[in-house]
Amino acid sequence: MIGIIRTLWLTFLHLFHKNDTVPYPETKPYLSPRYRGRIILSRDPNGEERCVACNLCAAACPVDCISLQKGEKDGRWYPEFFQINFSRCIFCGFCEEACPTYAIQLTPDFEMSEYVRQNLVYEKQDLLISGTGKYPDYSFYNVSGLAIPGKDKGEAEREAAPIDIHALLP
Amino acid sequence: MIVPMPIIIVVTFAAVMGVAAVSTMVERRLLGFFQDRPGPNRVGPFGMFQVVADAVKMLFKQDWVPPFADKPVFLLAPIVGFMAVLLEFGVIPITPHWSIAGDLNVGLLFVFAMMGLAVYSVVLAGWSSNNKFALLGGMRAAAQMISYEVFMGLSLLGVVMTAGSFSLHDIVLAQSRCWFVIPQFLGCIVFLIAGIAETHRLPFDLPEGENELGAGFHTEYSGMKFGMFFLAEYAGVAMISALITTLYLGGWGGPILPPFLWFAIKVVFLICFFILLRAALPRPRYDQLMSFGWKILLPVSLINIVLTGAILLWQAGA
Repeated sequence: MIGIIRTLWLTFLHLFHKNDTVPYPETKPYLSPRYRGRIILSRDPNGEERCVACNLCAAACPVDCISLQKGEKDGRWYPEFFQINFSRCIFCGFCEEACPTYAIQLTPDFEMSEYVRQNLVYEKQDLLISGTGKYPDYSFYNVSGLAIPGKDKGEAEREAAPIDIHALLP
Repeated sequence: MIVPMPIIIVVTFAAVMGVAAVSTMVERRLLGFFQDRPGPNRVGPFGMFQVVADAVKMLFKQDWVPPFADKPVFLLAPIVGFMAVLLEFGVIPITPHWSIAGDLNVGLLFVFAMMGLAVYSVVLAGWSSNNKFALLGGMRAAAQMISYEVFMGLSLLGVVMTAGSFSLHDIVLAQSRCWFVIPQFLGCIVFLIAGIAETHRLPFDLPEGENELGAGFHTEYSGMKFGMFFLAEYAGVAMISALITTLYLGGWGGPILPPFLWFAIKVVFLICFFILLRAALPRPRYDQLMSFGWKILLPVSLINIVLTGAILLWQAGA
């Protein structure tokens, strides 16, 4: 009996509590930078595409929503086309974890409704952004040992000159 | 001021329908506030046009009768329930001069007769639906409403004995010095609980217990036929509130403000209290409901009668 009256009183007090509801379209909720929303392709600090078309994201994707084609230019790989089918994507973020070059990133944006299902297939020009995303200073070719035009072996950041493996001296 | 009877009838019934419709919205808003959320607030200012939106939706729904249902009874059931509730309002004295039946000397008995009729609506709905959940809901409703009507009647005997009349008008007048809620406190509590059970509102909404019976007796109903059950339920809440106001809270009586306003304030307060009950309390199990009724409420109301009788006799100097 006391319990019932106490319950009634406590419920009544909730009349004067602040609402927990966020009236969504008017006030947007805060989404942290690591929120797993719309997927983008970022560029390195020089403005070049980061993606090296290694296909790891497509391999990691549990729903097979990523599809790309490798192309080659000046000894660098790049995606000739890069499609993400967002009508299949489950925003698991595995592609971001698999990516060796921080190219593919998930962003705090989820408002991507469409009236036509076909419009949910994003092409490369839809996915590419002009900036570096979450990793502002990272450039894959600057730290990798791969020789590309303008940068030979041993010239990358924190990379020692290559060892002549045919020499006898240590 | 003498108002012609047709106007009284039309205005009263329109007001009852209006209150029933608006209280659907008020209930959802209040439930929202009790749960720290705003409730329906999109349609119109403060969500006030939600009622209109709901009504339009219900009116334009397909008026469907299941092929396996007993058609005439299926159609009759919601009408019976709605009529019974509306007829109960006929004897409620809203102000000294505003009552459809006027000073009916068996007013209280008439209310009980109509409440008895309301049981038919639920049972017939459950029976004619030809659906096991609907039937279970209907049977539960029958058992619950019949047994709670017993204590409801007994709890009111104290009021009738004190006021010395079955006329609701006289009962209100008898409370001009002291509201019956004070001398008849036990009776008031029993009546309140029985009233909740009678309107099968939460926490006593076992006839429509969603998690066991789908929607209970109105599982098969849709469109405006469902709307009539819905409206009848809310009109029933307003009805029980009006009855408690009349019998225990002094009816239209009160200082300064006009009688109608006093009546409205008390009724609105009680409707909000019913909503608070819904927000706060869990639903008991069916056997708990029955044993609570027969083992606690029945003795309590009998004790109330005996005490009231003893005090009345003592005051009369017998």
